[in-house]
Formats: sequence, structure tokens, C-alpha cells
Amino acid sequence: MTLALSGEDLAPILSGRFPGSIIKATKDSLLVKSEGLLNLAAFLQTEAGLEFDYLSNMTGVDYREYFEVVYQLTSLKHNHSLIVKVQNHDRSNPVLPSLVCLWCGANFQEREIYDLLGIKFEGHADLKRIFLWEGFQGHPLRKDFTDGA
Amino acid sequence: MALRTEPFVINFGPLHPSTHGVFRLRATLDGEVVTELEPVFGYLHRGIEKLAEGYTYKQSICLTDRLDYVAAMSNNLAYVLAVEKLAGIAVPERAEYLRVILAELQRIVSHLVAVGAFVNDCGAFQTPILYMFREREKILDLFEMACGQRLTYNYMRFGGLSQDVPEEFIPALRKFVDQMPGYIDEYDQLIAGNEIFLARARGVGILSREMAINNSASGPVLRASGVAWDIRKADPYSIYPRFEFDIPTGTAGDCYDRYWVRIKEMRQSVRIIKQAMEQLPQGPVTTRVSLNLKPPAGEAYAHVEAPKGDLGFYLVSDGTDKPYRWHVRAPSLLNLTALRDMCIGWKVADVIIIFGSIDITMGEVDR
Amino acid sequence: MTEFNWGHFGLFAVLILVSVLTVVMGFIWFERRALARMQIRLGPNRTGPFGLLQPVADVLKVLIKEDIVPAQADKIVHWLAPIVALVPALMIFAVVPFQDGGLLADLNIGLLYVLAVSSVSTLGIFMAGWASNNKYTIIAAMRDVAAVVSYEIPLALSLVGVILVAGTMSMNGIVQEQNNVPLIFWQPLGFFIFFISGLAEINRTPFDLLEADSEIIAGFHTEYSGMKFALFYLMEYAETLALSALVATFFLGGWQGFLLPGWLWLLLKIVLVFFVIMWIRATLPRVRIDQMMSLAWKFLFPLALLNMVITGIEVVAWPDALPWVLIPVNIVIAAGLIILMSRNHKTGWGRVEV
Repeated sequence: MTLALSGEDLAPILSGRFPGSIIKATKDSLLVKSEGLLNLAAFLQTEAGLEFDYLSNMTGVDYREYFEVVYQLTSLKHNHSLIVKVQNHDRSNPVLPSLVCLWCGANFQEREIYDLLGIKFEGHADLKRIFLWEGFQGHPLRKDFTDGA
Repeated sequence: MALRTEPFVINFGPLHPSTHGVFRLRATLDGEVVTELEPVFGYLHRGIEKLAEGYTYKQSICLTDRLDYVAAMSNNLAYVLAVEKLAGIAVPERAEYLRVILAELQRIVSHLVAVGAFVNDCGAFQTPILYMFREREKILDLFEMACGQRLTYNYMRFGGLSQDVPEEFIPALRKFVDQMPGYIDEYDQLIAGNEIFLARARGVGILSREMAINNSASGPVLRASGVAWDIRKADPYSIYPRFEFDIPTGTAGDCYDRYWVRIKEMRQSVRIIKQAMEQLPQGPVTTRVSLNLKPPAGEAYAHVEAPKGDLGFYLVSDGTDKPYRWHVRAPSLLNLTALRDMCIGWKVADVIIIFGSIDITMGEVDR
Repeated sequence: MTEFNWGHFGLFAVLILVSVLTVVMGFIWFERRALARMQIRLGPNRTGPFGLLQPVADVLKVLIKEDIVPAQADKIVHWLAPIVALVPALMIFAVVPFQDGGLLADLNIGLLYVLAVSSVSTLGIFMAGWASNNKYTIIAAMRDVAAVVSYEIPLALSLVGVILVAGTMSMNGIVQEQNNVPLIFWQPLGFFIFFISGLAEINRTPFDLLEADSEIIAGFHTEYSGMKFALFYLMEYAETLALSALVATFFLGGWQGFLLPGWLWLLLKIVLVFFVIMWIRATLPRVRIDQMMSLAWKFLFPLALLNMVITGIEVVAWPDALPWVLIPVNIVIAAGLIILMSRNHKTGWGRVEV
């Protein structure tokens, strides 16, 4: 059974390595600051005992006041998983760091989140729309999207 | 005088006999060798995730059928598991067993289509695919007996199934399960030893273990590269821990291994169905769930081992009867991440074969 | 030179055209039905009894279709291509003997004529691929030229064995020389090489990558519709018929046989060879272009050379050898060579570093 690691258990270790990067740690997930995300993720990927080598899923959610991206990380070696979240409160031009350099599987998922929600990922080499055509105005999955029809 | 050649760009698709749906590949060719490959999708994008935010939870079940339309039962299963996790609904025993039987039958169907289409792409002019469709017809007849539909079933509900299977289902299933291993042997005999097929598929489109894990591949693609990761064993859902089955794993990660893993998985599915049929209890298959389900606010993620890979649903509820966020973790989309690296350096004919061996359904890629 | 016998030529020209077209239509029906049965489905069974009028329906449908020419296509070449492709396929039948002495022109270099004429169709295919102004058709045309040029050589060399054993290049003469034993027993290796090279020349499975449905849509005739497409379709079947007729003439004894008239025997042998070609189509997947080329140059070409040398030695050293001694020897040599060479043969090269 994949052990879902608790955010509360990992928070002390991560706060020790990257002070100030954890905003909130609950039993289910870990909310981190977007500035330190890349270093934290690299640490999670390579640290012995954690070794999250598999990015299961990446979802973007629009919570009206802020955007949130939820990463589901899994370790195939140790068979445990962790949920990491980042938020961005900038509604007009949200930017988050890209994790493509660590997990190539994030490539299409980041393009999808950019396409449908409008969150830009810094460091993604080829960030363009994936489902909708170039020239499409707006980002449909946002809660305040009107198709103007 | 040195020969001056010029690379040119060619589009495979979106209307193409072999791209398994509306899918476009922009390939830069130098003679017959592919030097650059860019997949372009979105031709089947219907905005399902946004649509689902306007439907109630129960209405979205029919939307899940249209994701991977070749394997609709697995989509149903993943979604109802996610909602049951979110709302805390329990499932009766008989329904659990029937769900497993249907999911494994669906796996056989999907792999028959996948292998048949793959050998068809190799050029065998539809003979293998028609042989496999003969078995698919038998399974679709079983599905029709159960729910009246052949492709988009809409059969599973929160807390069980929509209705019980009729009496003639189990005897027909027993007859099918007895005959199926013989048919799988027939396919193996016709295809697996064929020299030309081996020359086309062996060693072609190799996906190494590290690349497969890093590119978030899942399902037969991941297992053919040597990673023994199957959600049914690693993170079991429903009642899978009660069954005995193996996880076939490949070694080389080439097209032949992906084909071989699917054939083996079909045999394992037959094994699971036999065990489930023996243990099948009597009892109800439905649970009383309120017509307008309002799960408590929160989020849930549930994933199943769909035939194409790791299919997951991420649901966020805000306490109303419509989901706040409804996201599908599409295995076909993520398996395509490695397509470019797998195809570079191979020839035009190989690109089609490699793409066919990954086995995608555009409904899931584009949603 | 004999006088120009207009009557004889005219009669045979009409006879060839009519019979070839009729047999081709019969082949189309036969292929669709038998192929369907091998794929556990029924095949055409509505148009006429057993679907016998299906080819007629196909021809009618194709005739009334609109002839679409791409705007940027080279119009003259696009128009000429089907004709250049079809006519040589029909010209081969000028030297196929239907009866003892019953052929349009009993050339004493009939075999050479066949080899020369059959290559011209390739020009038509390349013209079609080029003139369509379509990247897919160019790929198909290039593949076709490369393949046909490569397979001409084993094709011609395997027939050298036939010439050496029969002692003549006249087609009628070759059939007459087979009055005791069909040449397939004298030349098993030659038959094998000729059959495979012939399959590659007419672009049939397993070498049908020129019209590979799953890769380049429809290959060189992607941009053709209407009557021109019908001509290409006809050309494909006419070439298959030509290959069957040639195999029947060279290796199976042509019009020879007891009881039935000669042309009926020829027809039966042609149908048998066609059935085998079609059976191969139903069963085997297709090869890749580099695997096809390596098969021609590294497998069939050395085999054909060896066949020529061995046949030459046999004809010169043992001209009076008895059939039942030489035939098993030939079969054993052929089997041994094929097995030996296929073990050392590596199909194609793999990934290219870019």
C-alpha cells in the first residue's frame, strides 16, 4: 500500500534544510512558498530515504482569490507518496517555477495548466498552448472566464 | 562532391489512417530518418473538465465514459472511487466483485484493440486485428447483457453499480473465460514468432528505465521498461488484495516488450476473473445515496490501473452538489511525453510503430 | 524478318486486352472474397451471386467519380503517369504463350523483352509521386524507385539459371523444354529468388510499403481519383497477373498438361500462384525500407550469383545427368544455401545517431 507521507512529519526536516519555505503543513499535504519550490523539489527527489522519482500528477486549481498547483509525488523505490502545494496570489499574471528540469513528466502538464488556467511556468523551454489553438484569447478553466458569446 | 540533402517537415495527421484518433505529429525528416518530432494535440478537446464543474457528481459519470472510450469501465471505476473517497460511501461486497470482473474484462478488450492496432500498423493488413475483434465482440456482448451498452457504459454508481447483472451473465462469462486462454495462444502463435514482425518491433523505440520513470510513464509502457509498478499491487484499491496475479515486466523497453506485456496481462486478467467468479457472493449491488450528492468540502485523489496506465481523478469539493475542480490524470497524455525521445533517429515507418505501441486514446489525451 | 501479319497481331492484341481485363476483374473478386475468409469475415456477397459483380460495381463507381487534380500539380505528368504505368504491364503479355505457338510475337529474346518492359512501369509510378506535389507521395515515389532498382538485379539473375537450363530465351521455347519436368524442380533456388523479387517489384505484401496504408496514406496514388485511380488499381492487378503468368511460364510449365486445353492449364497455374501471393498478403506484416534494401543486396543478390554459378557448373559439367539425380541435389543445395545465408543476414540497420 502506498504510504501517504504526512506533511506534518516532513515539515521539520524540510524547515531545517530550507528555513521559511513551508507555509502550512497538514496531515495530507504540504504548502510551500513558490520561491523555494525548485530547491525543495530537488531535495525531495534526491535525498536518501525520500527519493521521490516519479511525478504522479500535477493539477492547477483556481480558488478565486489565488491559484494553487498541487503536485502528487511518488517514490517507486520506497512506495510512499507526498502532496506538495504552491499558491500564487497574483490574478493578472501568475508565475511559478517550472519543474521540468527535475521531472520531464511535468512538460505537458505545465503546458496544460498554462493553457487552461493561465499560470506561467518560469524555466519551461516551450511554454505554449497545448489543447487550444494559438490565438485563443483567455483561459477557460478560470472561474471568471466568459467566452464572450 | 558531397551529396547535399535538405531536411523537410511533414505532418502526420490529424487525418491519418494510423494515428489512432485525431493526432498530429510534425516530423522533420532527413531522407527517411526522423531528426525532430513534435506532437500537436487538442483536436479532440471538448473541455470536459470545465463541463464537469457545471454538472452534478452523478451526471459526470457519463462524461467519464468519453475519456478513454475504448476502456470506459475503468474510467467509471476511477471516478466513482474518487467520489466515494470524498464522500465516505461504502460499497457492498457483490458490487466490489462485479466491479473487478468488469474492470478486468475491460482490460482484455483494451489490450485486444491495442495489440491488434499495433500489428495492423506493422502492416499485417487487418488479419490480426480482425481475429482479436472476434473476442472483443464476445466481451462486448457480455457488457451489453450487463448494462445494455457496448461502448459508453455509464454503469457504475457511487456505492456500487446501477443494477445487478442478469442471470445469463455468469454462465456466459464462464464460457468465455474457459475459451480465452486458447485464443491468446492462437495470437501468440500467429504473431510472436513471425520474423518480419520481430524485425520491425524488436529493438525499436527503446525507452530506458530511468527515462520512463522521469517522464511519468505508467501502465504497460512503464512495465515494459523493467519497472514492476502496478497500482493494483503497489497501491491496491477495491478488493484486489484478495486475488493472486503476477505483474508481467519487460526487459528491453522496446516495442516488442510493450506488445508482449499486454499479451501477458490479458492472461493475468483471465486469472483474476476466474478467481472473482468463484468468490462472487450474493447480495445487493447498490447503496442508497442521496439523489443530489453533496460531499463535504475537501479534496480527494483516487487512481486505478486502467489498461492505458495510471488513471487518476483529483476532485475538490466546496460542499455543494457540483464539483469545484474536476481533474483527470490522463495516462495517455503522460505516456506521450517520451514520444520524441523514443522516435528520434528512427525511420518514418518506425515512428508509426512506436506511436502505436504506446497505445493512446485521443479522448483521454485531449479531454 | 517475317511479314507484318496484321491479322495475327490484331487478333492477339484484342484477345490479350479482353482476357487480361477479364481475368483482372476476376482476381479482384477472388482476392476480396478469399482474403475476407482468411480474416473470418464474409467479403462481398450482395452484388450478384457470391458478389461476382463486385468488380463491375467498383469499375462503374470509379468511372463516375470526379477527377480531382491538385492545383499545384504538374498537369501533363500527372495525366501521363497512369498510362506510363499501365501500358508496360499489359505489354508483358505479348510474349506469354497461351498455347503452343499461341502468342502475339514469338520473339527469340522473349525473356529479355519481359525484363526490359517490366521496368518501365516504375517510371510511371515515380511520375505519379512527383507530379502530385505532395510530400507523402514523394516519399513513396523515392521508396519505389530504390526498391525496384534494387530488386531488378536478383530478378534478372535468377532468370539466367532458367536460360542456362532451357537453352533458349524464347518464352515458348522455355515452356517446350519443360515437357518432362517443370523448371521449379530444376531451379528451386531460382524460383525462390524470382518469386520474392517479383513480389517486391509489384509492391505486394510484405513489400507493400509504397502504398502503406498506415504510413503514407496511399503512397503514390494519394492524389488520384476517378479513372486515373482506376488505371493504377488496374495496373497493380495487371502486374500481379503478369508475375503469376511469368512464374507459371518459367517454372510451372506454362500451357503443358494432360487432358485440358493449354490455355486452361495456364489459367489454373496462374490462379494457383495468385492464391499464394494473396495468402502471403493476408498473413505477413510489412518490412521497412532499409530492411527491404538489405534483403535485396545482402541476401538475394549473393544467392542469385551463387545460383547462376551452380547452374552453370551443372549444365557444363553434367549435361546428361538424369533428372531424378539432379533434382534432389538441387533442392538440397537450395535449402542449404537459404538456411546458411539467412542465419548470417541482419535485417536493416537500427537507430541512426542524429
